[in-house]
Amino acid sequence: MSAATTDPRGASKAAGPPLWLLCELTYRCPLHCVFCYNPTNMPDIGPELDTSTWIRVLHEARALGAVQLGLSGGEPLARDDLEQIVAEAHRLGYYVNLITSGIGLTEERIKALKEAGLDHIQLSFQDSTREVNDFLSSTRTFDLKSKVAALIKRYGYPMVLNVVLHRLNIDHIEEILEMADRLGAEYLELANTQYYGWAWKNRDALLPSREQLTRAEEATNRFRERIGQRMRIYFVVPDYFEKRPKPCMNGLGSIFLTVAPDGVALPCHSARILPGLAFPNVKESSVEEIWYRSDAFNRFRGEDWMKEPCRSCPERTRDFGGCRCQAYLMTGDATNADPVCELSPHHHLVVEAVERAERAVNGAAPVREVPLVFRDHRRRA
Amino acid sequence: MSAISPTAKPKLGRNFRLQWEPAQQAHVLLYPEGVVKLNGSAGAIMSRCDGTRTLGEIVGDLERTYATAGLAADVEAFVALAVERQWLEVDE
Ligand code: SF4
Ligand code: SF4
Repeated sequence: MSAATTDPRGASKAAGPPLWLLCELTYRCPLHCVFCYNPTNMPDIGPELDTSTWIRVLHEARALGAVQLGLSGGEPLARDDLEQIVAEAHRLGYYVNLITSGIGLTEERIKALKEAGLDHIQLSFQDSTREVNDFLSSTRTFDLKSKVAALIKRYGYPMVLNVVLHRLNIDHIEEILEMADRLGAEYLELANTQYYGWAWKNRDALLPSREQLTRAEEATNRFRERIGQRMRIYFVVPDYFEKRPKPCMNGLGSIFLTVAPDGVALPCHSARILPGLAFPNVKESSVEEIWYRSDAFNRFRGEDWMKEPCRSCPERTRDFGGCRCQAYLMTGDATNADPVCELSPHHHLVVEAVERAERAVNGAAPVREVPLVFRDHRRRA
Repeated sequence: MSAISPTAKPKLGRNFRLQWEPAQQAHVLLYPEGVVKLNGSAGAIMSRCDGTRTLGEIVGDLERTYATAGLAADVEAFVALAVERQWLEVDE
Protein backbone atom coordinates (compact mmCIF):
# COMPACT_ATOMS: atom_id res chain seq x y z
CA MET A 1 0.00 0.00 0.00
CA SER A 2 1.52 3.27 -1.05
CA ALA A 3 1.68 6.23 1.30
CA ALA A 4 -0.42 9.33 0.74
CA THR A 5 2.44 11.31 -0.70
CA THR A 6 3.18 8.78 -3.44
CA ASP A 7 -0.39 8.22 -4.52
CA PRO A 8 -0.39 9.21 -8.18
CA ARG A 9 -3.87 10.66 -7.96
CA GLY A 10 -2.79 12.67 -4.97
CA ALA A 11 -5.97 14.46 -4.14
CA SER A 12 -8.07 11.43 -3.25
CA LYS A 13 -5.78 10.61 -0.35
CA ALA A 14 -4.65 14.06 0.66
CA ALA A 15 -5.93 14.28 4.19
CA GLY A 16 -7.25 17.42 5.83
CA PRO A 17 -6.47 18.17 9.46
CA PRO A 18 -7.58 15.89 12.32
CA LEU A 19 -10.30 18.29 13.49
CA TRP A 20 -11.50 16.02 16.28
CA LEU A 21 -9.14 14.60 18.82
CA LEU A 22 -10.49 12.04 21.27
CA CYS A 23 -8.21 11.26 24.19
CA GLU A 24 -9.29 8.14 26.02
CA LEU A 25 -7.36 8.97 29.14
CA THR A 26 -7.90 5.68 30.94
CA TYR A 27 -9.75 2.38 30.68
CA ARG A 28 -10.33 2.43 34.42
CA CYS A 29 -13.99 2.83 35.26
CA PRO A 30 -16.08 2.11 38.33
CA LEU A 31 -19.00 0.91 36.16
CA HIS A 32 -19.48 -2.33 34.24
CA CYS A 33 -21.74 -1.43 31.35
CA VAL A 34 -22.73 -4.32 29.14
CA PHE A 35 -22.79 -2.00 26.12
CA CYS A 36 -19.34 -0.50 26.72
CA TYR A 37 -17.44 0.06 23.46
CA ASN A 38 -14.04 -0.34 25.12
CA PRO A 39 -11.91 -3.31 24.04
CA THR A 40 -12.68 -6.71 25.54
CA ASN A 41 -9.03 -7.48 26.27
CA MET A 42 -8.13 -4.53 28.47
CA PRO A 43 -5.74 -6.47 30.72
CA ASP A 44 -3.50 -7.05 27.68
CA ILE A 45 -3.13 -3.34 27.01
CA GLY A 46 -0.06 -1.45 28.23
CA PRO A 47 0.16 1.22 30.94
CA GLU A 48 -1.52 4.63 30.65
CA LEU A 49 0.35 7.60 29.21
CA ASP A 50 1.74 10.05 31.72
CA THR A 51 0.66 13.67 31.98
CA SER A 52 3.52 15.11 29.95
CA THR A 53 2.88 12.74 27.02
CA TRP A 54 -0.80 13.67 26.93
CA ILE A 55 0.18 17.32 26.93
CA ARG A 56 2.61 16.78 24.05
CA VAL A 57 -0.19 15.05 22.11
CA LEU A 58 -2.43 18.07 22.70
CA HIS A 59 0.24 20.44 21.41
CA GLU A 60 1.06 18.41 18.33
CA ALA A 61 -2.56 17.82 17.32
CA ARG A 62 -3.50 21.45 17.88
CA ALA A 63 -0.63 22.51 15.63
CA LEU A 64 -2.14 20.34 12.88
CA GLY A 65 -5.52 22.02 13.33
CA ALA A 66 -7.38 19.86 15.87
CA VAL A 67 -10.02 22.01 17.54
CA GLN A 68 -12.62 19.76 19.18
CA LEU A 69 -11.22 17.75 22.04
CA GLY A 70 -13.05 14.91 23.74
CA LEU A 71 -11.73 13.60 27.04
CA SER A 72 -13.21 10.19 27.72
CA GLY A 73 -12.28 6.72 28.85
CA GLY A 74 -13.21 4.60 30.78
CA GLU A 75 -14.00 7.22 33.34
CA PRO A 76 -11.71 10.22 32.75
CA LEU A 77 -12.27 11.44 36.31
CA ALA A 78 -10.22 8.44 37.41
CA ARG A 79 -7.17 10.49 36.34
CA ASP A 80 -6.13 12.98 38.98
CA ASP A 81 -4.30 15.09 36.38
CA LEU A 82 -7.55 15.74 34.46
CA GLU A 83 -7.65 19.40 35.59
CA GLN A 84 -4.08 19.90 34.40
CA ILE A 85 -4.85 18.36 30.99
CA VAL A 86 -7.99 20.51 30.63
CA ALA A 87 -6.09 23.68 31.54
CA GLU A 88 -3.45 23.06 28.91
CA ALA A 89 -6.05 22.15 26.29
CA HIS A 90 -7.96 25.33 27.00
CA ARG A 91 -4.82 27.43 26.78
CA LEU A 92 -4.12 25.91 23.37
CA GLY A 93 -7.58 26.91 22.08
CA TYR A 94 -9.42 23.60 22.04
CA TYR A 95 -13.13 23.37 22.72
CA VAL A 96 -12.92 20.89 25.58
CA ASN A 97 -15.63 18.24 26.09
CA LEU A 98 -15.64 15.89 29.06
CA ILE A 99 -17.53 12.64 28.58
CA THR A 100 -18.28 11.19 31.98
CA SER A 101 -20.60 8.96 33.97
CA GLY A 102 -20.48 11.64 36.66
CA ILE A 103 -19.06 9.27 39.22
CA GLY A 104 -16.37 11.18 41.08
CA LEU A 105 -17.57 14.58 39.86
CA THR A 106 -17.58 16.43 43.16
CA GLU A 107 -18.22 20.14 43.53
CA GLU A 108 -14.54 20.66 44.17
CA ARG A 109 -13.58 19.03 40.89
CA ILE A 110 -16.29 20.65 38.81
CA LYS A 111 -15.15 24.03 40.10
CA ALA A 112 -11.51 23.28 39.36
CA LEU A 113 -12.47 22.06 35.87
CA LYS A 114 -14.45 25.23 35.22
CA GLU A 115 -11.49 27.34 36.28
CA ALA A 116 -9.26 25.25 34.04
CA GLY A 117 -11.50 26.18 31.09
CA LEU A 118 -13.61 23.09 30.49
CA ASP A 119 -16.34 24.00 27.97
CA HIS A 120 -18.80 21.16 28.22
CA ILE A 121 -19.72 18.08 30.18
CA GLN A 122 -21.65 15.24 28.62
CA LEU A 123 -23.25 13.33 31.45
CA SER A 124 -23.94 9.77 30.46
CA PHE A 125 -26.50 7.56 32.00
CA GLN A 126 -24.38 4.55 31.48
CA ASP A 127 -26.44 2.36 33.72
CA SER A 128 -24.76 -0.95 34.06
CA THR A 129 -27.94 -3.03 33.59
CA ARG A 130 -27.07 -4.85 36.75
CA GLU A 131 -28.62 -1.75 38.18
CA VAL A 132 -31.22 -1.20 35.51
CA ASN A 133 -34.01 -1.38 38.03
CA ASP A 134 -32.36 1.00 40.36
CA PHE A 135 -31.76 3.34 37.46
CA LEU A 136 -35.32 3.16 36.22
CA SER A 137 -36.92 3.28 39.62
CA SER A 138 -35.09 6.55 40.09
CA THR A 139 -33.38 5.77 43.34
CA ARG A 140 -29.66 5.62 43.96
CA THR A 141 -28.34 6.36 40.47
CA PHE A 142 -30.93 9.03 40.00
CA ASP A 143 -29.89 10.76 43.23
CA LEU A 144 -26.28 10.78 42.19
CA LYS A 145 -27.07 12.00 38.68
CA SER A 146 -29.39 14.72 39.92
CA LYS A 147 -26.67 16.03 42.21
CA VAL A 148 -24.19 16.06 39.37
CA ALA A 149 -26.73 17.57 36.97
CA ALA A 150 -27.46 20.36 39.45
CA LEU A 151 -23.74 21.06 39.79
CA ILE A 152 -23.35 21.14 36.02
CA LYS A 153 -26.07 23.76 35.79
CA ARG A 154 -24.83 25.75 38.76
CA TYR A 155 -21.43 26.08 37.13
CA GLY A 156 -22.94 27.29 33.88
CA TYR A 157 -22.22 24.38 31.58
CA PRO A 158 -24.60 23.41 28.80
CA MET A 159 -26.56 20.45 30.11
CA VAL A 160 -26.08 17.51 27.78
CA LEU A 161 -27.38 14.11 28.76
CA ASN A 162 -26.66 10.90 26.96
CA VAL A 163 -28.60 7.72 27.50
CA VAL A 164 -27.64 4.52 25.75
CA LEU A 165 -30.70 2.54 24.72
CA HIS A 166 -31.01 -1.22 24.34
CA ARG A 167 -33.59 -3.99 24.63
CA LEU A 168 -33.59 -3.91 28.42
CA ASN A 169 -34.34 -0.22 28.88
CA ILE A 170 -35.92 1.00 25.63
CA ASP A 171 -39.46 0.23 26.83
CA HIS A 172 -38.91 2.73 29.64
CA ILE A 173 -38.31 5.58 27.22
CA GLU A 174 -41.07 7.69 28.75
CA GLU A 175 -39.51 7.53 32.21
CA ILE A 176 -36.15 8.34 30.67
CA LEU A 177 -37.54 11.42 28.90
CA GLU A 178 -39.27 12.62 32.07
CA MET A 179 -36.09 12.11 34.02
CA ALA A 180 -34.06 14.13 31.52
CA ASP A 181 -36.60 16.92 31.76
CA ARG A 182 -36.55 16.88 35.55
CA LEU A 183 -32.76 17.10 35.45
CA GLY A 184 -33.05 20.20 33.26
CA ALA A 185 -31.30 18.75 30.21
CA GLU A 186 -30.94 21.15 27.28
CA TYR A 187 -29.76 18.42 24.95
CA LEU A 188 -30.65 14.76 25.21
CA GLU A 189 -28.99 12.11 23.10
CA LEU A 190 -30.89 8.85 23.00
CA ALA A 191 -28.20 6.77 21.45
CA ASN A 192 -29.06 3.22 20.58
CA THR A 193 -26.24 0.87 21.40
CA GLN A 194 -23.63 0.42 18.71
CA TYR A 195 -22.38 -3.11 18.53
CA TYR A 196 -18.65 -3.05 19.18
CA GLY A 197 -16.53 -4.11 22.13
CA TRP A 198 -18.57 -5.42 25.04
CA ALA A 199 -21.80 -4.56 23.29
CA TRP A 200 -20.82 -6.91 20.43
CA LYS A 201 -20.38 -9.73 22.96
CA ASN A 202 -23.83 -8.92 24.32
CA ARG A 203 -25.56 -8.18 21.04
CA ASP A 204 -28.10 -10.97 21.16
CA ALA A 205 -29.28 -9.76 24.55
CA LEU A 206 -29.27 -6.03 23.75
CA LEU A 207 -30.63 -5.56 20.24
CA PRO A 208 -34.24 -4.35 20.51
CA SER A 209 -37.05 -5.49 18.22
CA ARG A 210 -38.35 -3.25 15.46
CA GLU A 211 -41.59 -2.86 17.35
CA GLN A 212 -39.80 -1.70 20.50
CA LEU A 213 -37.90 0.78 18.44
CA THR A 214 -41.00 2.17 16.72
CA ARG A 215 -42.78 2.57 20.04
CA ALA A 216 -39.80 4.39 21.49
CA GLU A 217 -39.57 6.74 18.53
CA GLU A 218 -43.28 7.50 18.74
CA ALA A 219 -43.05 8.21 22.44
CA THR A 220 -40.10 10.50 21.78
CA ASN A 221 -42.02 12.42 19.13
CA ARG A 222 -45.02 12.86 21.43
CA PHE A 223 -42.73 14.14 24.14
CA ARG A 224 -41.03 16.55 21.70
CA GLU A 225 -44.40 18.01 20.76
CA ARG A 226 -45.35 18.44 24.38
CA ILE A 227 -42.24 20.20 25.62
CA GLY A 228 -41.32 22.22 22.53
CA GLN A 229 -37.94 23.98 22.37
CA ARG A 230 -36.98 23.41 26.01
CA MET A 231 -34.93 20.33 25.21
CA ARG A 232 -33.31 19.23 21.96
CA ILE A 233 -33.64 15.49 21.58
CA TYR A 234 -31.55 13.40 19.24
CA PHE A 235 -32.81 9.89 18.70
CA VAL A 236 -30.14 7.76 17.10
CA VAL A 237 -31.64 4.68 15.44
CA PRO A 238 -29.47 1.55 15.61
CA ASP A 239 -28.05 1.12 12.15
CA TYR A 240 -29.11 -2.55 12.06
CA PHE A 241 -32.58 -1.27 11.19
CA GLU A 242 -31.45 0.91 8.30
CA LYS A 243 -31.03 0.10 4.61
CA ARG A 244 -27.82 2.05 4.20
CA PRO A 245 -24.85 2.33 6.53
CA LYS A 246 -23.83 5.45 8.42
CA PRO A 247 -20.92 7.45 7.00
CA CYS A 248 -18.81 6.14 9.83
CA MET A 249 -16.26 8.71 11.09
CA ASN A 250 -16.81 10.52 7.80
CA GLY A 251 -14.45 7.90 6.39
CA LEU A 252 -11.53 6.63 8.45
CA GLY A 253 -8.64 9.07 8.64
CA SER A 254 -10.68 12.04 7.43
CA ILE A 255 -11.31 14.08 10.61
CA PHE A 256 -11.12 11.83 13.68
CA LEU A 257 -8.09 10.87 15.68
CA THR A 258 -8.40 8.77 18.82
CA VAL A 259 -5.56 8.20 21.23
CA ALA A 260 -6.14 5.21 23.52
CA PRO A 261 -4.94 5.13 27.15
CA ASP A 262 -1.70 3.35 26.23
CA GLY A 263 -0.87 5.86 23.47
CA VAL A 264 -2.04 3.80 20.50
CA ALA A 265 -3.46 6.11 17.82
CA LEU A 266 -6.62 4.93 16.09
CA PRO A 267 -8.77 6.32 13.26
CA CYS A 268 -11.86 5.39 15.30
CA HIS A 269 -12.16 4.25 18.90
CA SER A 270 -12.94 0.66 18.02
CA ALA A 271 -10.41 0.28 15.17
CA ARG A 272 -8.03 -1.65 17.41
CA ILE A 273 -9.92 -4.81 16.46
CA LEU A 274 -9.01 -4.47 12.76
CA PRO A 275 -6.40 -7.09 11.88
CA GLY A 276 -3.29 -6.48 9.81
CA LEU A 277 -2.88 -2.85 10.80
CA ALA A 278 0.10 -1.82 12.89
CA PHE A 279 -1.30 1.03 14.92
CA PRO A 280 1.31 3.66 15.72
CA ASN A 281 1.87 4.86 19.27
CA VAL A 282 2.29 8.50 20.27
CA LYS A 283 5.14 7.40 22.51
CA GLU A 284 7.16 6.57 19.39
CA SER A 285 5.82 8.86 16.67
CA SER A 286 4.66 12.44 16.39
CA VAL A 287 0.99 13.09 15.78
CA GLU A 288 1.94 14.50 12.38
CA GLU A 289 3.73 11.32 11.31
CA ILE A 290 0.81 9.27 12.57
CA TRP A 291 -1.89 11.30 10.87
CA TYR A 292 -0.28 11.90 7.51
CA ARG A 293 2.19 9.09 7.02
CA SER A 294 1.22 5.94 8.92
CA ASP A 295 -0.23 3.00 7.05
CA ALA A 296 -2.92 2.61 9.73
CA PHE A 297 -4.32 6.04 8.91
CA ASN A 298 -3.80 5.88 5.15
CA ARG A 299 -5.18 2.38 4.60
CA PHE A 300 -8.85 3.38 4.46
CA ARG A 301 -8.47 6.87 3.03
CA GLY A 302 -9.86 7.44 -0.43
CA GLU A 303 -11.44 4.54 -2.30
CA ASP A 304 -8.61 2.25 -3.39
CA TRP A 305 -9.32 -0.22 -0.61
CA MET A 306 -12.97 -0.73 -1.62
CA LYS A 307 -14.38 -3.92 -3.07
CA GLU A 308 -17.61 -4.45 -4.95
CA PRO A 309 -20.40 -3.50 -4.46
CA CYS A 310 -18.95 -0.27 -2.98
CA ARG A 311 -16.22 0.27 -5.58
CA SER A 312 -18.66 1.09 -8.36
CA CYS A 313 -21.52 2.33 -6.20
CA PRO A 314 -22.63 5.92 -6.76
CA GLU A 315 -23.29 6.27 -3.02
CA ARG A 316 -19.70 5.62 -1.99
CA THR A 317 -18.89 9.32 -1.67
CA ARG A 318 -21.75 9.71 0.80
CA ASP A 319 -21.31 6.75 3.16
CA PHE A 320 -17.73 5.64 2.35
CA GLY A 321 -18.95 2.03 2.43
CA GLY A 322 -20.03 2.35 6.08
CA CYS A 323 -18.17 1.13 9.12
CA ARG A 324 -14.93 -0.87 8.71
CA CYS A 325 -15.21 -2.37 12.18
CA GLN A 326 -18.74 -3.58 11.55
CA ALA A 327 -17.67 -5.04 8.19
CA TYR A 328 -14.85 -6.89 9.91
CA LEU A 329 -16.84 -8.07 12.93
CA MET A 330 -19.60 -9.53 10.78
CA THR A 331 -17.85 -10.69 7.62
CA GLY A 332 -14.26 -11.21 8.77
CA ASP A 333 -12.97 -8.76 6.14
CA ALA A 334 -12.67 -5.05 6.89
CA THR A 335 -12.69 -4.14 3.18
CA ASN A 336 -16.18 -5.50 2.58
CA ALA A 337 -19.23 -3.25 2.45
CA ASP A 338 -20.78 -2.64 5.85
CA PRO A 339 -23.40 -5.46 6.02
CA VAL A 340 -25.99 -2.94 7.20
CA CYS A 341 -26.19 -1.99 3.50
CA GLU A 342 -28.93 -3.80 1.63
CA LEU A 343 -26.60 -4.08 -1.36
CA SER A 344 -24.04 -6.04 0.65
CA PRO A 345 -23.96 -9.79 -0.04
CA HIS A 346 -23.66 -10.18 3.75
CA HIS A 347 -26.75 -8.15 4.59
CA HIS A 348 -28.53 -11.35 5.66
CA LEU A 349 -26.29 -11.40 8.77
CA VAL A 350 -27.89 -8.18 9.95
CA VAL A 351 -31.38 -9.36 9.03
CA GLU A 352 -30.82 -12.56 10.99
CA ALA A 353 -29.60 -10.68 14.07
CA VAL A 354 -32.72 -8.53 13.95
CA GLU A 355 -34.92 -11.61 13.52
CA ARG A 356 -33.30 -13.24 16.54
CA ALA A 357 -34.07 -10.09 18.51
CA GLU A 358 -37.70 -10.17 17.37
CA ARG A 359 -38.07 -13.77 18.46
CA ALA A 360 -36.43 -13.16 21.81
CA VAL A 361 -38.57 -10.11 22.56
CA ASN A 362 -41.82 -11.70 21.45
CA GLY A 363 -41.01 -15.00 23.08
CA ALA A 364 -42.11 -16.78 19.88
CA ALA A 365 -39.13 -19.07 19.82
CA PRO A 366 -37.87 -20.92 22.84
CA VAL A 367 -36.02 -18.13 24.55
CA ARG A 368 -32.43 -19.06 25.02
CA GLU A 369 -31.18 -17.07 27.97
CA VAL A 370 -28.20 -15.11 26.75
CA PRO A 371 -25.83 -14.42 29.62
CA LEU A 372 -24.63 -10.84 29.78
CA VAL A 373 -20.92 -10.16 29.91
CA PHE A 374 -20.22 -7.25 32.21
CA ARG A 375 -17.42 -4.97 31.23
CA ASP A 376 -14.44 -5.21 33.54
CA HIS A 377 -11.08 -3.61 32.86
CA ARG A 378 -9.37 -6.35 34.84
CA ARG A 379 -10.79 -9.20 32.78
CA ARG A 380 -11.04 -10.41 29.21
CA ALA A 381 -14.37 -11.25 27.63
CA MET B 1 -38.06 33.97 10.87
CA SER B 2 -38.74 37.40 12.31
CA ALA B 3 -36.93 40.49 11.05
CA ILE B 4 -34.24 41.89 13.27
CA SER B 5 -34.23 45.56 14.11
CA PRO B 6 -31.24 47.63 12.95
CA THR B 7 -30.84 48.80 16.56
CA ALA B 8 -30.60 45.27 17.96
CA LYS B 9 -27.19 44.32 19.34
CA PRO B 10 -26.60 40.70 18.36
CA LYS B 11 -24.19 38.66 20.42
CA LEU B 12 -22.86 35.15 20.32
CA GLY B 13 -25.32 32.51 21.53
CA ARG B 14 -24.86 30.96 24.92
CA ASN B 15 -23.15 27.57 24.44
CA PHE B 16 -21.26 28.76 21.34
CA ARG B 17 -17.70 29.90 20.88
CA LEU B 18 -16.31 31.63 17.82
CA GLN B 19 -12.65 31.54 16.92
CA TRP B 20 -10.24 31.98 14.03
CA GLU B 21 -8.54 28.76 13.00
CA PRO B 22 -5.27 29.29 11.14
CA ALA B 23 -5.19 25.65 9.94
CA GLN B 24 -8.53 26.12 8.18
CA GLN B 25 -8.05 29.80 7.34
CA ALA B 26 -11.58 30.32 8.59
CA HIS B 27 -13.67 31.32 11.56
CA VAL B 28 -15.26 28.31 13.23
CA LEU B 29 -18.17 28.08 15.59
CA LEU B 30 -17.66 25.61 18.41
CA TYR B 31 -20.33 24.07 20.61
CA PRO B 32 -20.81 20.82 22.53
CA GLU B 33 -19.28 18.17 20.30
CA GLY B 34 -19.70 20.21 17.14
CA VAL B 35 -17.88 22.53 14.75
CA VAL B 36 -19.27 24.75 12.01
CA LYS B 37 -16.77 26.17 9.57
CA LEU B 38 -17.96 29.62 8.50
CA ASN B 39 -17.39 31.04 5.06
CA GLY B 40 -15.68 34.41 4.72
CA SER B 41 -18.73 36.63 4.92
CA ALA B 42 -20.39 34.65 7.72
CA GLY B 43 -17.13 34.89 9.68
CA ALA B 44 -16.88 38.63 9.04
CA ILE B 45 -20.43 39.18 10.30
CA MET B 46 -20.29 36.84 13.29
CA SER B 47 -17.00 38.21 14.54
CA ARG B 48 -18.55 41.69 14.73
CA CYS B 49 -21.56 40.53 16.75
CA ASP B 50 -20.13 41.23 20.20
CA GLY B 51 -23.23 42.59 21.91
CA THR B 52 -21.95 46.17 21.92
CA ARG B 53 -22.59 47.13 18.29
CA THR B 54 -25.99 47.52 16.69
CA LEU B 55 -26.87 45.65 13.54
CA GLY B 56 -26.85 49.02 11.72
CA GLU B 57 -23.31 49.74 12.91
CA ILE B 58 -22.18 46.26 11.88
CA VAL B 59 -23.54 46.79 8.37
CA GLY B 60 -21.77 50.17 8.19
CA ASP B 61 -18.50 48.66 9.37
CA LEU B 62 -18.71 45.84 6.81
CA GLU B 63 -19.51 48.26 3.99
CA ARG B 64 -16.47 50.38 4.90
CA THR B 65 -14.18 47.36 5.35
CA TYR B 66 -15.13 45.84 2.00
CA ALA B 67 -15.61 49.21 0.27
CA THR B 68 -19.06 48.36 -0.93
CA ALA B 69 -22.65 49.43 -0.35
CA GLY B 70 -26.06 47.80 -0.04
CA LEU B 71 -25.08 44.96 2.29
CA ALA B 72 -27.91 45.55 4.77
CA ALA B 73 -30.36 43.00 3.37
CA ASP B 74 -27.80 40.19 3.15
CA VAL B 75 -26.41 40.85 6.60
CA GLU B 76 -29.86 41.00 8.13
CA ALA B 77 -30.87 37.75 6.46
CA PHE B 78 -27.76 36.01 7.75
CA VAL B 79 -28.24 37.36 11.28
CA ALA B 80 -31.86 36.20 11.28
CA LEU B 81 -30.76 32.73 10.21
CA ALA B 82 -28.01 32.68 12.84
CA VAL B 83 -30.50 33.70 15.53
CA GLU B 84 -32.80 30.93 14.45
CA ARG B 85 -29.95 28.44 14.83
CA GLN B 86 -29.07 30.00 18.20
CA TRP B 87 -25.59 30.93 16.96
CA LEU B 88 -26.52 34.52 17.81
CA GLU B 89 -28.84 36.05 20.37
CA VAL B 90 -30.60 39.42 20.38
CA ASP B 91 -32.20 40.99 23.42
CA GLU B 92 -35.71 42.05 22.64
S1 SF4 C 1 -19.60 2.52 28.86
FE1 SF4 C 1 -19.85 2.15 31.07
S2 SF4 C 1 -18.21 0.70 31.60
FE2 SF4 C 1 -17.69 1.57 29.57
S3 SF4 C 1 -16.31 3.26 30.07
FE3 SF4 C 1 -18.40 4.09 29.89
S4 SF4 C 1 -19.21 4.08 31.97
FE4 SF4 C 1 -17.40 2.76 31.99
S1 SF4 D 1 -22.71 -0.61 -1.65
FE1 SF4 D 1 -21.17 0.33 -0.36
S2 SF4 D 1 -21.01 2.44 -1.07
FE2 SF4 D 1 -22.93 1.60 -1.91
S3 SF4 D 1 -24.52 2.20 -0.43
FE3 SF4 D 1 -23.80 0.14 0.14
S4 SF4 D 1 -22.13 0.49 1.63
FE4 SF4 D 1 -22.52 2.46 0.58
